[in-house]
Amino acid sequence: MIRVENVSKSFTLHNQGSATIEVMRGASLAVAPGECVALTGNSGAGKSTLMRMIYGNYLAASGRILVGAVDVARAEPREILALRRATLGYVSQFLRVVPRVPTIEVVAEPLLAVGTPREAALARAGGLLARLNIPETLWGLSPTTFSGGEQQRVNIARGFAHDYPAMLLDEPTASLDAGNRETVLALIEEAKARGAAIVGIFHDEAARARVADREIDVSAFTPKAAA
Amino acid sequence: MTPLLSVRDIAKFYGPRVGCEGVGFDLYPGEVMGIVGESGSGKSTLLNVLAGHLPADRGEVLFDTRAEGLKDTLAMSESERRMLARTDWAFVHQNPRDGLRMGVSAGGNVGERLMAVGARHYGEIRGTALDWLDRVEIEAGRIDDRPRAFSGGMQQRLQIARNLVTGPRLVFMDEPTGGLDVSVQARLLDMLRGLVREMGLSVLIVTHDLAVVRLLADRLMVMKSGRVVEAGLTDQVLDDPQHPYTQLLVSSVLQV
Amino acid sequence: MSAYNFAYLDEQTKRMIRRALLKGIAIPGYQVPFASREMPMPYGWGTGGVQVTAACLTPEDRLKVIDQGADDTTNAVSIRKFFETTAGVETTERTRAATVIQTRHRIPEEPLGEDQILVYQVPIPEPLRFLEPRETETRRMHALEEYGLMHVKLYEDIARHGAIATSYAYPVKVEGRYVMDPSPIPKFDNPKLESAAIQLFGAGREQRIYAIPPHTRVVSLDFEDHPFVASKADHACDLCGADHSYLDEVIVDDAGGRMFVCSDTDFCATRQAEGHRGRLSPEAAE
Repeated sequence: MIRVENVSKSFTLHNQGSATIEVMRGASLAVAPGECVALTGNSGAGKSTLMRMIYGNYLAASGRILVGAVDVARAEPREILALRRATLGYVSQFLRVVPRVPTIEVVAEPLLAVGTPREAALARAGGLLARLNIPETLWGLSPTTFSGGEQQRVNIARGFAHDYPAMLLDEPTASLDAGNRETVLALIEEAKARGAAIVGIFHDEAARARVADREIDVSAFTPKAAA
Repeated sequence: MTPLLSVRDIAKFYGPRVGCEGVGFDLYPGEVMGIVGESGSGKSTLLNVLAGHLPADRGEVLFDTRAEGLKDTLAMSESERRMLARTDWAFVHQNPRDGLRMGVSAGGNVGERLMAVGARHYGEIRGTALDWLDRVEIEAGRIDDRPRAFSGGMQQRLQIARNLVTGPRLVFMDEPTGGLDVSVQARLLDMLRGLVREMGLSVLIVTHDLAVVRLLADRLMVMKSGRVVEAGLTDQVLDDPQHPYTQLLVSSVLQV
Repeated sequence: MSAYNFAYLDEQTKRMIRRALLKGIAIPGYQVPFASREMPMPYGWGTGGVQVTAACLTPEDRLKVIDQGADDTTNAVSIRKFFETTAGVETTERTRAATVIQTRHRIPEEPLGEDQILVYQVPIPEPLRFLEPRETETRRMHALEEYGLMHVKLYEDIARHGAIATSYAYPVKVEGRYVMDPSPIPKFDNPKLESAAIQLFGAGREQRIYAIPPHTRVVSLDFEDHPFVASKADHACDLCGADHSYLDEVIVDDAGGRMFVCSDTDFCATRQAEGHRGRLSPEAAE
């Protein structure tokens, strides 16, 4: 479902003497439907960078990144947008929303975007928020005013609202209490069970051990010459 | 899939000075594209050329017309282009005064485009105007007030209602949130996003506010000295900018 | 007398004006620019109408001049005298007898015939002027038939007053094409714009001529649910008893007493001569 082939990445800092920093070379991995692969490696090894390249958020310098039939490294913006709408979900560590939009709408938005009827979308969004212990009294408020942990849970609810065939999870259990952590792990297991291919970053080792089928150490893709 | 708007090699010169040059892109139905750059980068010139407000010196602006498919709007007769401008197109100016009739009531402002395309039933025109005022969150009781009596944010929302009332497919926006308070901006952005999704609008939005494009635009075009220096997915361009100018632009934003 | 050419204007000027008139007739409702001349009267006193009349007159014509329907106001009398002096044509106060009628702000009550010409004095020929001040833009709007703005004005009327409050210079669409200002005639007169006579409009200061050929379709703009109504004061004439003519309201004393009389003096006098009587007719008062 997700296939990364020989991908490299460098950043050229034009405004700092045009320094070019090569951060990744020869990155390859493949994730089958129903499989969860955990990216590991030290901080700064490039876990997030690789994940962002798969999402199309960072440009790959070379190589291929196939999600389904789309090569994210070469696709047109609208192809990537269509991919993100229907196929590829991403739970980042930050919630980024338009101020003033009610939480329930924020969570339902991915469903509305793929044409789910409004009633059904709101019902599903409500169900997820309830599972993640966001009190119903908050559903009508904008999440911008919520605490960090609440925002993270809203973000997860939004990420799991639509059943994406491929998912990217960046620290989904960070800053969650035991109960909510359990819920998120269950959500991941459910996604796997329905056939989602998942790439995740988990600092929480117990969580990683529970949901990940394989681990890939991204330090292997770090160019040695850069040091 | 046919693009709604296909722009090819557009150039506009002010004497020896370049307004914009070599600009080309395809905009598809439902896409929102942001055009960013600093003052004088040619983004407003480009928008005005595309909307037919300024004559181009070179290039084609093909629009997917309902009747005849893709057609070069720069080569159209003026009557055809103006018809397009008040039916399938909309233009939201930065300053509501440029886009509203300040001496005409809110209802008249919204109703004008309807009457321009032949609506002749006062009750229905007024009904539609009320509906649109509601959609842009202006109280029904203000329908007979003139825009002079409105706040800046309300004027801008009224301008949007006036533009969208005929159900256009392509909306040009020139700094629609410029000159508004931050809280008012947020409300406007939220409203615009909702309308874009509900109506399936394609939008070209010129702004220098990167936060605005991040929230509204699917795609981004970065302009400098009249040329496009970088284009791509909005989040990709903002998070992994490739061109020196874009890097400078992104790094110059104050973090809140 | 011999110092003047017939009807004051020199023949070259008349040719120029006649060309504009023919063009106006050929394109009903379209404003034709013309080189308006200085006339021996101030702007606003009918310089446009006078030039059109001068260009139309032949020595055989019989001229009638009215101002707000009356033959005896200063304006009407001066213009009549002007042509008596410069053209030596016969003049009349009788609508039926006239071949050329110059008018300010009225159309005679009696239907005109095909052998008659009605010349209007026009202050502001552009119906879109008060909505769009730029002449370049209004001309483009006419050219492209962009008349939505005209309805905005009527919309505003209804929104503000509950009905279309425009009561004179009420805009019309001529032969399904040009929107035209019929000059400041009361809207009561609008239906009479569909006439057997030739109607010519002259705006001297604004240098425009336009025309409505005989039997042309002239439609007053309105809304389906607020149709055009040719309204008038809800009274009968106090002198001749007519209940279908446009009335002037006249204050008759210091105690608020008032009477309504036909604004068309010839119409009223003719009816009285035929024996019609109104509420305040001398006989009725006795």
